[in-house]
Amino acid sequence: MSQHILTVDNLTTRFATPDGEVEAVNAVSFHIDPGETLGVVGESGSGKTQIFMSVMGLLSKNGKASGSVRYKDAEILNLAPAKLNKIRGVTMSMIFQDPMTSLNPFLKISKQMTEVLVEHRGYSEEKALKHAVNMLDRVGIPGAAQRVHMYPHEFSGGMRQRVMIAMALLCDPEVLIADEPTTALDVTVQAQILDLLRDLKKDFNTAIVMITHDLGVVAGLCDRVMVMYGGRVVETGNVRDIFYDSHHPYTEGLLKSMPRIDRAHEQKMYAIPGQPPNLQNLPSGCAYQERCDYVQNRCTQSRPVLYDIAQGRASACFREVGE
Amino acid sequence: MNAIPETPLLSVRDLRVHFSLPGKGLFGKPRTLKAVDGVDFDLFPGETLGIVGESGCGKSTLGRAILQLIPPTAGQVVWLGKDIVGTRDRDLQPLRRDLQIIFQDPLASLNPRMTIGEIIAEPLVTHKADLGKAEIRNRVKTMMARVGLLPQMINRYPHEFSGGQCQRIGIARAMILEPKLIVCDEPVSALDVSIQAQIVNLLQDLQRDFGLSMLFISHDLSVVRHICQRILVLYLGNVMELADRDTIYAAPKHPYTKALISAVPIPDPELERSKERIVLKGDLPSPINPPSGCVFRTRCPFAKEKCATDIPMIETLGPSHQVACHFHGRM
Amino acid sequence: MFNKSRNATALEKSGPVEEFEGRSLWHDARIRLFRNKAAVGSMIILAIIALMAIFAPMLSPFEYDEIDWGYIQEGPNWENGHIFGTDGNGRDLFIRILYGARVSLAVGLLATAVSLVIGVTYGAIAGYFGGRIDNIMMRFVDVMYSLPFMFFVIMLMVVFGRNIFLIFVALGAVEWLTMARIVRGQTLSIRRREFIEAAHATGVSSFKIIFRHVIPNVLGPVIVYMTLTIPQVILTESFLSFLGLGVQEPLTSWGVLISEGAKVIEASTWMLVYPAIFLALTLFCFNFIGDGLRDALDPKDR
Repeated sequence: MSQHILTVDNLTTRFATPDGEVEAVNAVSFHIDPGETLGVVGESGSGKTQIFMSVMGLLSKNGKASGSVRYKDAEILNLAPAKLNKIRGVTMSMIFQDPMTSLNPFLKISKQMTEVLVEHRGYSEEKALKHAVNMLDRVGIPGAAQRVHMYPHEFSGGMRQRVMIAMALLCDPEVLIADEPTTALDVTVQAQILDLLRDLKKDFNTAIVMITHDLGVVAGLCDRVMVMYGGRVVETGNVRDIFYDSHHPYTEGLLKSMPRIDRAHEQKMYAIPGQPPNLQNLPSGCAYQERCDYVQNRCTQSRPVLYDIAQGRASACFREVGE
Repeated sequence: MNAIPETPLLSVRDLRVHFSLPGKGLFGKPRTLKAVDGVDFDLFPGETLGIVGESGCGKSTLGRAILQLIPPTAGQVVWLGKDIVGTRDRDLQPLRRDLQIIFQDPLASLNPRMTIGEIIAEPLVTHKADLGKAEIRNRVKTMMARVGLLPQMINRYPHEFSGGQCQRIGIARAMILEPKLIVCDEPVSALDVSIQAQIVNLLQDLQRDFGLSMLFISHDLSVVRHICQRILVLYLGNVMELADRDTIYAAPKHPYTKALISAVPIPDPELERSKERIVLKGDLPSPINPPSGCVFRTRCPFAKEKCATDIPMIETLGPSHQVACHFHGRM
Repeated sequence: MFNKSRNATALEKSGPVEEFEGRSLWHDARIRLFRNKAAVGSMIILAIIALMAIFAPMLSPFEYDEIDWGYIQEGPNWENGHIFGTDGNGRDLFIRILYGARVSLAVGLLATAVSLVIGVTYGAIAGYFGGRIDNIMMRFVDVMYSLPFMFFVIMLMVVFGRNIFLIFVALGAVEWLTMARIVRGQTLSIRRREFIEAAHATGVSSFKIIFRHVIPNVLGPVIVYMTLTIPQVILTESFLSFLGLGVQEPLTSWGVLISEGAKVIEASTWMLVYPAIFLALTLFCFNFIGDGLRDALDPKDR
């Protein structure tokens, strides 16, 4: 078995807010192997993004992460920014839902792309530019040699996301973390970007973390899936297990409540009742209890941990341990 | 499905909304953005018509032009047999009672300085002020209960609610006058997956109970498939295809409709990985400078010479199937 | 992130029948403001100064225009009761500062109130209607801006004679211009929000939209600007008085007192120092409150 590229152990992320402390991520553990695609699924506020913000050292000032994050064997959690910069953007890159937040609107794409290469790889300007153009070409930007000299706002939304992916791939990273990269895009453009990611995975053997709320995207792209709810992992497994044999009631509910384009009209959609949990005010016991169809007495009293079902497969529900 | 009555509630005829933009440079000629460029359709009582398309296709503008929130440039909006385009604001007042709108961003559509009671009551206060305070409050509470909000929350403020609950408040405000038509502008797009289904079910319940007609504007074809009886596909302000639900999903005739449907991911690994995909090239062209001939030709995998020169006419294929493509027969 | 409190969900399950009281944004802002020590301290100091101005006659055995022939231009002295000393005419400086406070604070508050009413209404109307109306209204503001202020005041004085009421009018007439610009800018961004569109779609009249939906949502920046306008107005009044265009003897204002003190700065420092302290303290306090309000009303920018 190959060595994990990224190992996250017992990661907890807290935010200090005027109304008290909030645990956005609670005791999350997982790992990523070379070349695999991990889907991280959850709703807004489930902590899915904050896990990777912690990993990349990008937490906002009022956030604090504890636990352990290892890149191969080296501990990287809460590393000084100077040291972290040798890893982020080089061996681990992250792309975001809104590319404009990570592109400098005042600099040409060429400048923004070559900077990284000159800095980290010691390339000459000329060589760096050539590499940048190649990369833009690779992600499907027509006329890359000319367009590299344009400013970010001169690109459309889909093109900007391609530029972001090209930038993320410049230093040939081992892990690409994609945080809802297609949520702001139209479906036809989303399909293009997903195709691109599939190709990259094949060509570069890059491990991809796909953070998304869209189970359809996960179904098409991912090998393994981690489902988040209320800051905790509630179910993990490979993609087929999650979709065809889901164990956790939340996963099950989520799958049932997705409207599907391939199915004819049903009288009424299945809907998970209630509201997403308020992290400031989580109930004691299972966070999903108020919305769960299988809720029992013990769900309100103690919190289920992740119970292993099989190799690499776990669910945080008392149904796994029986009566 | 019930038989659709013959007289339409709303008829839109050759509706156009053009915006003029200042020209490039100091002396540039003013340019025209054709957001909606000749749309025709009928909406029947109790029916839900889906308007789908990508961002920039003019679907939101179309919805607002029908409600006269954006003045149409040309064409007709016939509401209950009377063209309402160009009617003065004051004369629209009685019509507004029957025409309501629900927005995409639930929080942004609620005034943050008002309690939700005041927000939901506003249409009543505007149109039926003679009811008296107590009766208005009563009706607000009844409507709150109807849309799944606790009536004792009446004095709370929008920021104290989650996205799904805010959308319920928006729906309550739209429903309180018991309108005949609601334009839903992407009502579930901003909501979490687990909440979307709740809101869709609520809208369907309300539609059944009140005999509402709905224009459901969305980019999400899977939600549209669930809630709409007929679907209108829009591209750069032009109608590409209009058909009833089962026809459009089973046998789409326009290449754009096909591509759109095939691009929606299916939450099933086997199906998603094995399905036939039509991936469109490139991006949506600018509506300021749309392609000649068929507006879709620059991205169409089947485009031929004719498409660049001739604008395809809308052809009627069946009782409720229209398509605008020169080569629909070969699809 | 996670700044927002969403306790509505938590309360949902308890579900008693009585109605919950909501926490309005104003209420939240008030709580944040009262957590700001500098702002609270400033409010207390200002309140003390204001109370002293209101109850001035009770705080001193002297009248503000009473001449004490025994002590002309004498320094502070606790024994004879002239705790801040006396001026060149033998009048008690302490009571004169308090009477000066009446004028200065009243000018500050009234002129600001005038600018508030005109500026907010004008700006909201221009911003909401936009287009040609906006163009005409804002060009008028530009023209007003380009009029030399001093010239304007002197003209008023020449035509109508020296009058404290004119100072209010003159200051208010100038200050509302900036207020109108701020409100117009805010309105332009609010106008595109969906809740305005929702009100429009319901058939709410433009007038009601402006007063029910637009103005309450632009008040945040307006209040902040207002607290910064008050000291500005006080300062301008002081400046006018310094030039001899302000209030008339024997009535006084802080500006007049400082002006008199400045003339005799070498012989009688106290005549400059005490009114200057009051003026500076007041200006500081208003600025701190303005800062506190900005933080309280715009928690995102912290």
